[in-house]
Amino acid sequence: MTGVNRVVVTGLGAITPLGNDAGVYWDKLKQGASGLGPITATGHEELTQKIAAEVKNYDPLHYFQERDLATLDRFSQFALVAAREAIAQSGLVFDRSLSLRTATIVGTGVGGQNTLDDAFRRIYLEKKTRLFPLSIPRMMANAPASQISMHHGLRGPAFVVVSACASATHAIGLAFHMVRSGAVDCAVTGGTEACVSLGTVRGWEAMRVMAPDVCRPFSIDRKGLILGEGAAMFVLEPLERARARGAEIFGEIVGFGMTADAADLTAPDIDGMSRAMQGALDDAGLKPADIQYVNAHGTGTAANDETETEALHNVFGEHARKLAISSTKSMVGHALGAAGALELVATIMAARDGIAPPTIGYLGPDPACDLDYVPNKAREMRIDAAISNSFAFGGLNAVLAVKRFS
Amino acid sequence: MTDVTNDVVAIIAKKVRVENHPKIELTDRLEALGLESLDAVEMIFDLEEKFDIDIPYNANTNNPRTEFDTVGDVVGAIEKLVAAKKS
Repeated sequence: MTGVNRVVVTGLGAITPLGNDAGVYWDKLKQGASGLGPITATGHEELTQKIAAEVKNYDPLHYFQERDLATLDRFSQFALVAAREAIAQSGLVFDRSLSLRTATIVGTGVGGQNTLDDAFRRIYLEKKTRLFPLSIPRMMANAPASQISMHHGLRGPAFVVVSACASATHAIGLAFHMVRSGAVDCAVTGGTEACVSLGTVRGWEAMRVMAPDVCRPFSIDRKGLILGEGAAMFVLEPLERARARGAEIFGEIVGFGMTADAADLTAPDIDGMSRAMQGALDDAGLKPADIQYVNAHGTGTAANDETETEALHNVFGEHARKLAISSTKSMVGHALGAAGALELVATIMAARDGIAPPTIGYLGPDPACDLDYVPNKAREMRIDAAISNSFAFGGLNAVLAVKRFS
Repeated sequence: MTDVTNDVVAIIAKKVRVENHPKIELTDRLEALGLESLDAVEMIFDLEEKFDIDIPYNANTNNPRTEFDTVGDVVGAIEKLVAAKKS
């Protein structure tokens, strides 16, 4: 194990298909509630796919002034809403010296898709010759990191990490390493995505991997993934600082592993997944038997769930059968570049409260998925350490390891 | 060969490595031609575009290699969908 600081989470915020703050989100996860529903995004009438997990009851004017919204695509709005909650919860005040030493590292998979869709609709459909002047800075993938740094005056390293479905986990992992090494004194980090737009859903339809109705990770008769959206953000700081100021500590991030498959563009890979999980354990100085809970990547596709199960067997050996493994994507869909952040909230809270959230929609065991997926009902259990998996198209894998803080 | 056969063979031919399969026969098995899952999704898109049909297909629940064993199976399925569209 390298590094000088223990890294703790002192703030977390979320806006999700299950609820628009972290507290409601975690309550609904524990209840096994579903955030899936009919797609309402512009142009949804044309879509073959009818179901997604959208953020609900969301009025941007509840959070932003109208003049600010001109610069904010939906994915930046979500990022700011979650960051605001996380920072408020941390109780940190970013004075000049702390602001210079605070990183803002955000993951996103596809960028400002709603702005891009609107722009293309104007050009190609409405034959307009002018775009809204701020289209480019709204849709740029780095917008959420820029917006968080501007809104909160965070002047340290700030950038966006793009690695499809592993984006948030890569972003949080980098932030964790920077705080651990002392490169920065604090980080605001997480992931955001607003991908339920006509163009993006059409793209996913063409890949033929979406379920028409329900996402049933690891279950017999699963039919694929359901797209989701939202954001989750965290405030990370060294344990010493958090203790010194008497901050509430939600959990500790202890390890990060990342690998590339260097194989197929879309097919999951046992070796790449296994090495990422092992890497996170090694980075944390943990043994496989130290882990009680796994928040799986668990997309609900035939290929991912089978391959991830094999990789879990591979890394955990006999202990794999003792793990509680759940896919919270069954409740909030697959929020692509935000998924790892939404799932880290679930993982940290699971350890803190001693409750493994369930995999809902589970109908029964698939012979190729033969582990304990916490079917349909949350489970009270002691969780000292857990991992959260993210495996992206392009063969890019990232895994975080967390510990209950004690 | 019918027009549908020619078109289907041409579309499948784009997905195989020509050095291994210089000529595609109706009896050739898709698996033997080396079609992978992404190839299947691309092939289905090309077929839909070419014949203006919708082919119901979910990569999680359909397996083109078992449901469409040979090139001839694909031709047969497309002919049915094209006929259904005309009627």
